[in-house]
Amino acid sequence: MAVIARPRGAVREQVADRFATEKRLAGLNILVAFLALAIGGLMGVLQVLEYNGIDLYRAVKPVLPGGYYQGLTLHGVLNVLVFTTFYIIGFLTLIAAMSFDRPLASGRLAWVTFWLMLAGLLVAAVPILLNRATVLFTFYPPLKADGFYYLGLTLVVASTWLLLVNLALTYRAWRAANPGAKIPLAAFMSIITMTMWTIATFGIATEMLFLLIPWAFGLVPGTDVILARTLFWFTGHPIVYFWLLPAYISWYTMVPRLAGGRLFSEPMARVAFVLFLVLSVPIGIHHQYTDPGISEIWKLVHFIFTVGVFFPSLLTFFNVVASLENSGRARGGKGWLAWIFALPWNEPAFTTQVFAMLLFAFGGAGGVINASYNLNLVVHNTAWISGHFHLTVGSAVALTFMGITYWLVPLITGRALWSRGLALAQAWLWLIGMVTFSHFMHMLGLLGMPRRTMIGAAPYIQPEWQALLPFTLVGGLLMFASAICYYLNMLMTITRGRPEPDQEVPFSRAVSGPEDVPAALDRFTPWVVTALLLVAINYGPTLYYLVSTGRFNITGLSPW
Amino acid sequence: MKHEKYMGYLFEVAWILPSVAIPISVIVAVLITAFAVGIRVPDIAGRIEPKAIAATEPFDEPGLRELAPGKYEAAMVAQVFMFTPNEIEVPVGSEVTFVLTSRDVIHGFKIVGTPVNMMVVPGQISKMRFTFTRPGEYLIVCHEYCGGGHHAMSGKVIVR
Repeated sequence: MAVIARPRGAVREQVADRFATEKRLAGLNILVAFLALAIGGLMGVLQVLEYNGIDLYRAVKPVLPGGYYQGLTLHGVLNVLVFTTFYIIGFLTLIAAMSFDRPLASGRLAWVTFWLMLAGLLVAAVPILLNRATVLFTFYPPLKADGFYYLGLTLVVASTWLLLVNLALTYRAWRAANPGAKIPLAAFMSIITMTMWTIATFGIATEMLFLLIPWAFGLVPGTDVILARTLFWFTGHPIVYFWLLPAYISWYTMVPRLAGGRLFSEPMARVAFVLFLVLSVPIGIHHQYTDPGISEIWKLVHFIFTVGVFFPSLLTFFNVVASLENSGRARGGKGWLAWIFALPWNEPAFTTQVFAMLLFAFGGAGGVINASYNLNLVVHNTAWISGHFHLTVGSAVALTFMGITYWLVPLITGRALWSRGLALAQAWLWLIGMVTFSHFMHMLGLLGMPRRTMIGAAPYIQPEWQALLPFTLVGGLLMFASAICYYLNMLMTITRGRPEPDQEVPFSRAVSGPEDVPAALDRFTPWVVTALLLVAINYGPTLYYLVSTGRFNITGLSPW
Repeated sequence: MKHEKYMGYLFEVAWILPSVAIPISVIVAVLITAFAVGIRVPDIAGRIEPKAIAATEPFDEPGLRELAPGKYEAAMVAQVFMFTPNEIEVPVGSEVTFVLTSRDVIHGFKIVGTPVNMMVVPGQISKMRFTFTRPGEYLIVCHEYCGGGHHAMSGKVIVR
């Protein structure tokens, strides 16, 4: 990445300090994120060992009294709720500010956001660690966890809204200083991401505040299960775009630069993001195709809209690959495909993220199958689904986030990456490990193996499953090795890295840039209104039906 | 520069056309299998009072009953960590309507090797129909985490 020489002395101090708050916050958020991922990832290793008859839960009983399912709760909560959310908030805090080229409107609000999220995490962590919330990260009632589990998670989610407030204030100040200018792309995308997420969290916030928290603390005797599930998936589907869009921001606005070229089309990138804002939320019922109590018609409508999201995903695929081609040719690459070899495969931040894209291509194709209404009956709640989201959130998102840290941690700490070789080894190990793991998980799913189940202890384990399970162990251990490379490299970078101050975010320029962006793609209000309207149309009748026929009398239990 | 942008637009359009065509063909294919072939997902099948399951038809007498020649209804109750009954036996060619509810938490109901795949939710009735054209033993698994003994929850459909 480019290191820009700056004059020494007072001027440099002033420049370096401008984003000091954002850098510290990004660093702390990402630290929390990767500590969570370390514990969550270790739980995954225990699970894949158990699949293969090596039960280590007895050995770790003092720290994990709830065994497999408590570990599985940690695996889900830490990896897909804590790791993602903290990383995203930290990453967007920094890059939105740097993209606007001005600090966030309120540094104090940014700190409050972080401390509230951390408080929420600690409040939720206690019941999980005490085995009083072994309800997995989906916490479907009437499985009943300790009330503080719900309270803590709600606090984490609600605190993230403060980043949207901060971004909106920053945007207003930026607009006043830059009338007529186009919003910088990464800032535009960050605001779209946080807006979509804030609309999406209406579901989970309502479920928590009106159903689960009063019920878990004994203020009301029961709850309505299908309504709670529907509210959960109102947020539960768009949450995957909340994870994915920051990775897309990196692929669109930074990877082309890391590759040595330019983004192919900024207008097309904005079209994709605007469509994600509009289409991410009103499709959550596609997670409930097999649920009773929801009309087949609305399941079908949500299916059609879900396939609609495939469109911006295909646009992204094209734009990102076209940008890579632009980079390959800029580096002297020739031919129909030979330009691929001209790309900087020895650059860890680049290679890691391209591997993430590659894995996501398969994850996306599998996702179309999951979303396809009756086709979902074949794979719903089988190991196929676990295979699927290890390609999506476990690779497209997690591997991209790791790849970003190969330039971001040096930027935050002012220290160069300790070992590029180790970083490249990490990327290759993850790629090979994940291809192995997820391929065989998909196959096991097609053979009917259920997900989220202690398969090694299941009396009904099938011989054809046992023939494939060892491959999941091989994949899992390769990813474990990848993680060790990653954490060692980061630890050494932070403590021993060669000082390398004044690095900048590798924002890309575009072949077709801001000058080609029409006004409609530089505004938020019309798209937010469209999004809300679609949500009202696609969810209104179902939610009205469930609330008006709800009986709120399912008392629940904690059978673990 | 101008030429580069012009070529860019051409490529964009060339890509946008299949990007629209692919999702539309997915939708058409699924609509055909759903409405012409008849592979449907569960619909609303009614609510039930979990405390009154023992007094509510058909769960007052869980098990298999013949509705008409070759047509059966299998009423089953899910609870931690078992199905009642956990084994049913039908002749080859039978059309079986599975009707389930849960006494306590959410359970899953998947008959391995068939498209029968439903969530079993307390307070709700789940219903799905399937015709068994091949003999054999079909494994039923609970595929939704329901507590510490979840992995022991299973059943069987025997088709003779």
